Amino acid sequence: MRPPGNPPSDGPIDDWPSSDLIGSDRRGLPPAGEKGDIDAVLAVLEQVPDPEVPVVSVVELGIVRDIDWVDGRLAVNVTPTYSGCPATEVIEQHIHEALVAAGYSDPLIQRRLSPAWTTDWLTEAGREKLRAYGIAPPVGSASKRSLTGQSDPVVPCPLCGSNATERVSEFGSTACKALYRCRDCLEPFDYFKCL
Amino acid sequence: MQNPAQKNVAQKTQAPLTDYLLRLGDSALVLGQRHAQLCGKAPALEEELALMNVGLDLFGQARNWLGYAAELMNDNVDADHLAFRRDAQDFRNLLITEQPNGDFADIMGRQFLFDAWHVHLLDGLTHSSDPRIAEVAAKSLKEATYHLRRSSEWVIRLGDGTEESHTRMQRALDNLWQFTGELLQVDEIDQAMIETGIAPDPEAIAARWKATVEEVLEEATLERPSYDAWMYTGGKVGHHTEHLGFLLAEMQYLPRAYPDATAW
Ligand SMILES: [Zn+2]
Repeated sequence: MRPPGNPPSDGPIDDWPSSDLIGSDRRGLPPAGEKGDIDAVLAVLEQVPDPEVPVVSVVELGIVRDIDWVDGRLAVNVTPTYSGCPATEVIEQHIHEALVAAGYSDPLIQRRLSPAWTTDWLTEAGREKLRAYGIAPPVGSASKRSLTGQSDPVVPCPLCGSNATERVSEFGSTACKALYRCRDCLEPFDYFKCL
Repeated sequence: MQNPAQKNVAQKTQAPLTDYLLRLGDSALVLGQRHAQLCGKAPALEEELALMNVGLDLFGQARNWLGYAAELMNDNVDADHLAFRRDAQDFRNLLITEQPNGDFADIMGRQFLFDAWHVHLLDGLTHSSDPRIAEVAAKSLKEATYHLRRSSEWVIRLGDGTEESHTRMQRALDNLWQFTGELLQVDEIDQAMIETGIAPDPEAIAARWKATVEEVLEEATLERPSYDAWMYTGGKVGHHTEHLGFLLAEMQYLPRAYPDATAW
């Protein structure tokens, strides 16, 4: 039935994806001092909250990918978390407003799709803030196994710390979260899933 | 008012690539709209959230594909124009995406059969010779992977569930099956894309789709209809089932009624 020379049949999950799902460009922001006042721009952006998870800033979320100057004009590259994230335009608008308010005239906010955003870019501080807010941060690194669900991670309850938790739904209040329930304290909670 | 020059944009002579992008974008858009129609109607809160999130992912993907198609058309059109100002015969979506919502088994069956094809196609497209396509595919693939995971689980839960849920899941599968031939169909547009390295090897996609479907249906204790069954085709060239016109009438009403509105 399957023509010769086609992909192996030992389970559709094992032989795909063939591509590297996780962006290999782990390059962070340019180091301090490389450009005149990148630190000053970062300080402004660190005050811009994610509209859906306001305890973390756009910097901590890892969606600010590059800061540069083009012909004297400040250019900030931002990547969306999900293709259909309804907050994308709002975030870009908030970044623009914050920069203008801080004295940068006419900053250029550019959207960049590649490399695709991964939860690996969430900063440590961001993860800790998520936990304190009641959202379990991503467990481990985004990988083929975590994406295809071959290895469901143990997600500790952000409220009581128990490991006795279970997934209720693949999607929580937003696309980036799954809904979990703690079997010890019985509270439901959001899990920021690996992507 | 609609500019006459922009009428029937998809019917003009256009590059195969433009048509191919419309197929990708329109399928995501129409299936996303089917999800939007479920807003407030899901059987449980968790499913409501999941359905809306899957729909949003699909809308986002549609915007990326249609945005690229619009640039190639060079006709002063944008993604919104393509979504809201074209008529049914200009749409290039797969027929399975326009099938009505029905019961939860119909919804999950449609999603599963689509997802099982979507992930493997997107995976192949990440190696596309067109860098823009590869970029959008890589982004979409992550999302589609979660969609497949969820729809597979539902097909298994319903198929291997109660007598009632099994009966309904099997019925949904039997009804939807006639639209799966189009997923694997290769026409001259696809052929042009394959020859230029833009689209992946269709035999590999077909083999992977079948393997995924067989694995899930077996676990779901469902009977797989025959691959040789008679299949509906035509969505890819604008010949649609009667359902698409109603879907578009609802989706396009507002922008068509108030074409000059700039803020919603
Ligand atoms: Zn707990």
